[in-house]
Order: sequence, then structure tokens, then C-alpha cells
Amino acid sequence: MTSTETDSTPSSKPSLPIVENFSRRAAVKAGFATLGAGAFVAAISPLRQAAKNTSAAEFMQTHYTELSTEQKADVIARLEAETKEKYGADVTIGDDRPIPGTKFVYAINLSVCNGNGKCVEACHKENNHDRDTNQSYIRVIEMPKGTMDMEQGSTTYTGVVPKDDKFYLPVQCQQCDEPPCVDVCPVKATWKEEDGIVVVDYNWCIGCRYCEAACPYHARRFNWKKPEVPAAEVNPDQSYLSNRIRPVGVVEKCTYCLHRTRRGKLPACLEACPTGARVFGNILDKDSNIRWILENKRVYILKEELGTKPAFFYYFD
Amino acid sequence: MSRIANLLFAGVVCLIGAMFFVATSRTALREDSHATPDAVASVAQSGDVSFQSASEPAAKSDGEQEAYPTVIRKPSGPPRIELAGTDPQGRTGSVACSTCHRVRQPNLDNKTAATLDEFHQGMTFSHGSIACYSCHNPDDSDSLRLADGTLVAYQEVMTLCSQCHSKQAESFAHGAHGGMNGHWDLTRGPQMKNNCIDCHDPHAPAYPKMIVGFKPKDRFNAPLDHSHDHEGAESHDEH
Ligand code: SF4
Ligand code: SF4
Repeated sequence: MTSTETDSTPSSKPSLPIVENFSRRAAVKAGFATLGAGAFVAAISPLRQAAKNTSAAEFMQTHYTELSTEQKADVIARLEAETKEKYGADVTIGDDRPIPGTKFVYAINLSVCNGNGKCVEACHKENNHDRDTNQSYIRVIEMPKGTMDMEQGSTTYTGVVPKDDKFYLPVQCQQCDEPPCVDVCPVKATWKEEDGIVVVDYNWCIGCRYCEAACPYHARRFNWKKPEVPAAEVNPDQSYLSNRIRPVGVVEKCTYCLHRTRRGKLPACLEACPTGARVFGNILDKDSNIRWILENKRVYILKEELGTKPAFFYYFD
Repeated sequence: MSRIANLLFAGVVCLIGAMFFVATSRTALREDSHATPDAVASVAQSGDVSFQSASEPAAKSDGEQEAYPTVIRKPSGPPRIELAGTDPQGRTGSVACSTCHRVRQPNLDNKTAATLDEFHQGMTFSHGSIACYSCHNPDDSDSLRLADGTLVAYQEVMTLCSQCHSKQAESFAHGAHGGMNGHWDLTRGPQMKNNCIDCHDPHAPAYPKMIVGFKPKDRFNAPLDHSHDHEGAESHDEH
């Protein structure tokens, strides 16, 4: 295209080779731009994939804490309809907010816990966990006697419990007052609420799993696949921030059953515990069971040296 | 060619610009929400109140909150003994303790089932070295008795246990021993608690061993090598 010009004025205009160069540069640029565009398309292709599983409304939904009351109602109606469509179950999704003047705290009597795992199962059912993987927010760790270092224990024990040379340490989210999981979340999809419960907005979580890596108690779980729950087994009493069925690719965790506890009820794992090892309550209430335990028993917290300040205590009789 | 290239390039630049803009405006929004915690709190409260009124129409919002009770389960009464056979009329049934014990002399020394030759044989008794009549009432076999001789009904069995197990009774009173269900918040609903003999057999009170049932498919902290061998051995046994 520009070659004729170059030929006509070979020496007088030094700009001409640049003109020729320009075309070459343009070609190179175009090449790179095409490459770039191609790379961009490739990069967002997972998003396009995701969009197939995501309604436009879901994609456009903003952060839970920024939703107005009407928007929340819309979102919840949409989620209920989706549960009906995908799981064939009629559910009610509440928006349970903290009760003013409460700070929830859990305690477990390790002298009594015998590792039978009924709490693990109760959590599984209550919170609509994936049936295939037997997912649960609780791990009961069989521990050698003489240490409180949870990394020395194992969850793979079976058979008759308790074993003579062991004790049993149930671990779930400790609802830390200084939660490292919250600090690392790049999109603020997880945060601590006024009653101490650390929650996740499953619709805001991008599934980067930083929080899972940051949690020293291994309390977070990632949904590797779509949770499978038969319609008849879906727990219909749900809440936006707790046990509604989570989408694939997001992180979830124990919420102290906020859909129960913010309605005054005891957590599911506590009710299921046949040994009575579990105690739950409001630490701001002077007369609560939990206060009496903290004042009268030998109380431990896990990994105290990390400064996470758990709202979860272990005691011995 | 160059125009197309430039257009493409401009398009990419615009897209990046737009992404940047969205990201910054979102951050600003978020900071706004942090700046107005009152607004968040008021939403929280209104949500809570509406919930309360929905589930509990009874007016409890005033300062004086009437509390629901903590119900401790109780045995329904003295145990009844199922008859093994049938009577001449072919009836089965159960009898009260007093049906037999009213006409029998109590043996105050008896401490085990092994020395019994007619009834209650084969019973496991593993509760220290106390005698039957430490707890059962020789004068009224349909009730129990305390160490000082006071009669106590079967329904009040916890009073009896608490004589020796005062530590556990104290913990129980503070919710630190014994299972429960219902509500932690007694202004919203009652709480039900087990009594001693729901979990402990009074004649062999050690908490029974259990079998682990439910297990998540979770290899967290898999056992060390030697325990792997052990597992292998176990699974071989099954074959
Ligand atoms: S236990 Fe883990 S998930 Fe729970 S608040 Fe602490 S760091 Fe976060
Ligand atoms: S409190 Fe609820 S969510 Fe948390 S471990 Fe127990 S059952 Fe699971």
C-alpha cells in the first residue's frame, strides 16, 4: 500500500521509512491485539461457562450487606424458586439477623465426649450437606492423651469408642474474634456479625479458597461439586446466611446454626449429642450456663498462641 | 487493517477501564456501608423484631419477659415388672414391686444379683459396693429412700443420685452435664433436659461404649504409617 510513496522519494524524506514501519507496526499491533482478544476470550470462558449455570439476576446480585429490604425479598424468593426447581423441595429461606445483646459461645466437655460422631451426622442433615461426600462442618478428632495439639490427632478412627488411650476433640468453626479467614477474603464475601458468628455470602464468594487456607482450625469447606440432597431429605427451615443449599464452587462453614440459634433454639449438633458434652449460650448473659463454665471449669482454647480469640471453649470436669 | 487493529485495541482499553471503574465504585459503596453502622444495625433490629412477631404472637417485647420453663424429664413412676408367663386365664401383664415385696423380708445385706435365688437374677450390678437397700426402700418398695431414711418417689430419682454425685448435680444445674434440647433462650421457648437415668443405668451407671456410625469422606490427619498397617489388618479380617 505505502510502497509507491517510498519509491518516489527515496532520500529526501526520512519519515517515509517510518511510514512503512508504521504499517508493519500496525500489523504487529493488530496481531497482538488479536492475540490479546483471543486470550481475553479464553480467560473469560469459565465465566461464560458459569453464566450458563447462573441466571442474569443472580449474576447481577450485589453484596448481602448492601441489599435493601425489597432486594433481599426478591433474592430470597428467587433462591426459594431455584431450590424448588433444582431440588424439588419447598423451602423457606429466612433472613435471620443477630439478636441485639447476644454473643454466641460454644463449649464442649472433653471429659464426656466419647467420639461417637452423632453431632457430625446432625450437622450433615441440618445444614443440607452433600449426601455423597457425607460433608459436615464438624470433625471429631481422636487425640492421643496428653496434648491439645489438634494436628496430632486423626479423624479416621472407627469401631467402638471411646478407646482407652484416647480422648476426642470435636472441631468446627470457632467463630474467632480475630478471624484470619475474614482478613484474607479479597472480595469481603465473609465477615463477622454482631453476635460473633462469622458468615459467608455464598452469592458473593468467588471460590478462591484463601479463607480455607487461612483458617488454622481447618473449619472451612469447599463445594467441589453441586451438593446432592434428595428432595425428601432437604431441611426446609433455611436461612440466607446459613443452611440454604450452597452453589457449587463456593466456601461454606459452621454458622452456629444461625437459622436456629437466632430464633432462640439450640444448635443441631448440641441436641444430637447423646453424652451431653455440648453447651451453647450467650456469653453476655451473666447467668448463662456458659458463664458458669468459664468461671468454674478448667477451660482451654485451641491454638491460643495464634491470637484468633475463638468463641469456642473446651473444658474438663 | 490498522483501523481494525486500533478499534480492537481501543475496545480492550475501554473494557479494562470499565472494569477498573466498577471495581473502584464498588469499593466506595462498601466504605459507605461501613460508615453507617447505625443503618445496618437498624435493619438488623427491624428484621429481628419482624421475625419475633411472626413466630410468637404473644407480646414479649416489653421489659418484663416471662420465661419459658426448663423441663427436666422424669421417670413416669415406679418401675413395673413384666411377667414372663401367663396366668391361668391366659393374661400377661406387669406387676408393681410391692406385689411381691410386701410379703417378703428385705435382706438389708444383699449387694449383688449373684446371691439372689428367685428374682432379679442375671442383673448386672456395677455401682460401687452399695447394697440394694441403700437406694431402694425396704418399707415401701414402690419408692426409694435417701441415706437419712427419707422416702423419695421414683420420679425424684435425681435427688437420690445427687447425694453422692454432687459435683455432677452442680454441673447439671448449670447445663454443664447432661443432654438437652429446645431453646437456649428461655424467653422464646422452653428447654428440655434429660435426667440421670436417661443416660445412666442406675445399676451399672458407667456411660456405655458406642459404635461410630456416620463418617464424612474426609482424610483429614490420616493416621501415621503404623496405623495404616493396622487398618490393613482389620480389612483383611473382614474378608
Ligand atoms: S475457625 Fe476458621 S473459619 Fe472459623 S472464624 Fe476462625 S478462622 Fe474463620
Ligand atoms: S452449630 Fe450448626 S452449623 Fe455449626 S457445627 Fe453445629 S450443626 Fe453444624
